[in-house]
Amino acid sequence: MELDLKKLELRNVNDKLQNLDRKTNERDFTIINPEGNHAICAGLDKEMNVTIKGHVGYYCAGMNKKATITVEGNVGTGVAENMMSGKVHVKGNASQSAGATAHGGLLIIDGDASSRCGISMKGADIIVKGSVGHMSGFMSQSGNLIVCGDAGEALGDSLYETNIYIKGNVKSLGADCIEKKMDKKHINKLKKFLKDAEIKNHKAESFKRYGSARKLYNFKIDNNY
Amino acid sequence: MCGIVGIYLKNEKLKNSLGSLLSKMLINMGSRGPDSAGFAIYKKEEKDKFKYSLCINSLNYEDFEKKIKKYVDADLEKNSDHVILKTLTKPNKMLDILKNNFKDVSLVGYGKSIEIFKQIGDPRDVVKKFKLDDYFGSHAIGHTRMATESAITTDGSHPYSTGEDECLVHNGSLSNHNNLRRKLKKDGVNFDSENDTEVAAGYISNNLSNKKSLKETLKDSLKDLDGFYTFITGTKDGFAVLRDEIACKPAVIAETDDYVAIASEFQAMAHLPEVNNAKIFEPEPGVVYSWGN
Repeated sequence: MELDLKKLELRNVNDKLQNLDRKTNERDFTIINPEGNHAICAGLDKEMNVTIKGHVGYYCAGMNKKATITVEGNVGTGVAENMMSGKVHVKGNASQSAGATAHGGLLIIDGDASSRCGISMKGADIIVKGSVGHMSGFMSQSGNLIVCGDAGEALGDSLYETNIYIKGNVKSLGADCIEKKMDKKHINKLKKFLKDAEIKNHKAESFKRYGSARKLYNFKIDNNY
Repeated sequence: MCGIVGIYLKNEKLKNSLGSLLSKMLINMGSRGPDSAGFAIYKKEEKDKFKYSLCINSLNYEDFEKKIKKYVDADLEKNSDHVILKTLTKPNKMLDILKNNFKDVSLVGYGKSIEIFKQIGDPRDVVKKFKLDDYFGSHAIGHTRMATESAITTDGSHPYSTGEDECLVHNGSLSNHNNLRRKLKKDGVNFDSENDTEVAAGYISNNLSNKKSLKETLKDSLKDLDGFYTFITGTKDGFAVLRDEIACKPAVIAETDDYVAIASEFQAMAHLPEVNNAKIFEPEPGVVYSWGN
C-alpha cells in the first residue's frame, strides 16, 4: 500500500501503521514524499515492511519493535532511537545520535553516521558502512557497534560492555575505552554481522575491537578521569 | 532552539525566485523559532551608492523622510516599518548622522548590495509583512528565533550586521558573551542589546576590520567563543558556515548545480527544486565551509 505524505497527515500515517488492522494481510507499505518530516514510523510494534522513499527528519523509526523499515534517503537526528527489536536500514547518511539508547534490533546505515552514533545503546546492533563522528558509543552499555570506515574523536567514551569494531582509523579513544584482543569468537561473531548486512568488501579479521577498561565502574579517589 | 537558513545561487536560473524559496524555508523553520524572524538579501551591487537598512520603529514615515533629507541626499524605499535608504554618503559619516540625530531609528545593516529586514512575530507573518516572496538576488540568509537569553525585540532579532555587506545568523547560545562584550567595548565596538549573537557579530566585525579574513576570523572564533553555535555569515559574494566542535546545533547542506542551500533541518529545504537529487551532507564540526567567497 502506498501512503503519500503530501496528501495524508503524518499523524494519520503513523496512526495507521501503529494500529494495523489484524483482519487484513496488508503488511507491506511504501511511504512517498516524506519531505524531511519528523517521527515517521515512530512506535511501530508489529511485523511489517515499510519503505520510505526520500529523506526524513528526526527520530524516524523511533521505539521500533518487530517492524522492518527501510529509508531510501538520509535520516535526521535519532534514527531508531530506543529501538527494541526489528530492523532499520538507512540507505543514505544518518545525522547524530543514530540508534541512541536502542535495546535491541538491527540498525544498518549504508552511508556515514555523524556524532554520538549508538550513544547509550543498551543491546542493539548497529552496522555503519561508512564512518561515524565524534563521541560515538558514548556511555553505551551493551550490544555491538560495527563501523567499516573511520571513527571520530573520543570513541566509546565512558562505555560499559558494548563491543565496538572499527575497520578504519580512530581519531581518539574516549575515557576508559581501550583496544581489545580479537579472539576467534569475536571474529566469528563479526563475520555473521557482515554477512547479514551483505558486506563483502571487508574481512572480519581486518577490524579492531574496542571495549571498556572497566576502570570507571567503581568510584576511585585517584581516578584521573 | 532557533532556525537558520541560507541559499546561494550558483547561476542566474533561480534569481527571480530567490525570495519565494527563502520565504518557504523561513516559514517551515517557524517550528524552531516562533518569536521573531529576519533575512538578509544580497542584490546586485549599486555602483557608488550605499544602502542602509533602517527600522524606523514607531516613527512616522513622513516625518522621518522630511528629517533625513535635511542631512543627506537620498532615495528612500519604504517596506513596512523598514526603510532602505540609498545615498552616496559613506558609512562612517552616515553612521554618525544616524547615531547623533535618529535615536529612535535602528540601523539593521548597510553596504552596497545587502538589504536586511527583521521583526518580532511569527515568521509566517514577518515574511508576508516584508513581501519576501517578491525579492530577487544572488544569495540570502535568514533566521527564525526562539528567544532564550534575551528579550523578544527587533534588536534581539537576527540577522546581525557585522560590517559593510556582512551579516550573521546564529543558532545556539554563547556562554562567555558578557566577558567578550566588555573586551570588545574597550576596542571601540558598539552594542545595542544584551544579546549574545550581537557579541559574536561584534567579534567578527572587529576581527575583519583588523584585516583578518572571514575564514581566519571564523577559525579564531572556535577558541574565543564559548558555547553552542551554528553560524552562517553572509558577505557580498556568498556565505560561510561554521559549527562549534561539540556540534549540538544542527545544520544540513544541499548542493546542486544551481544552488547551495543550508538549513537547520532538511524539511526546510524539501520544497527546493531538484533537492532530492542534491548532494546532501552535514557540515563537520569545527570546519569552515564557504561558497562564493
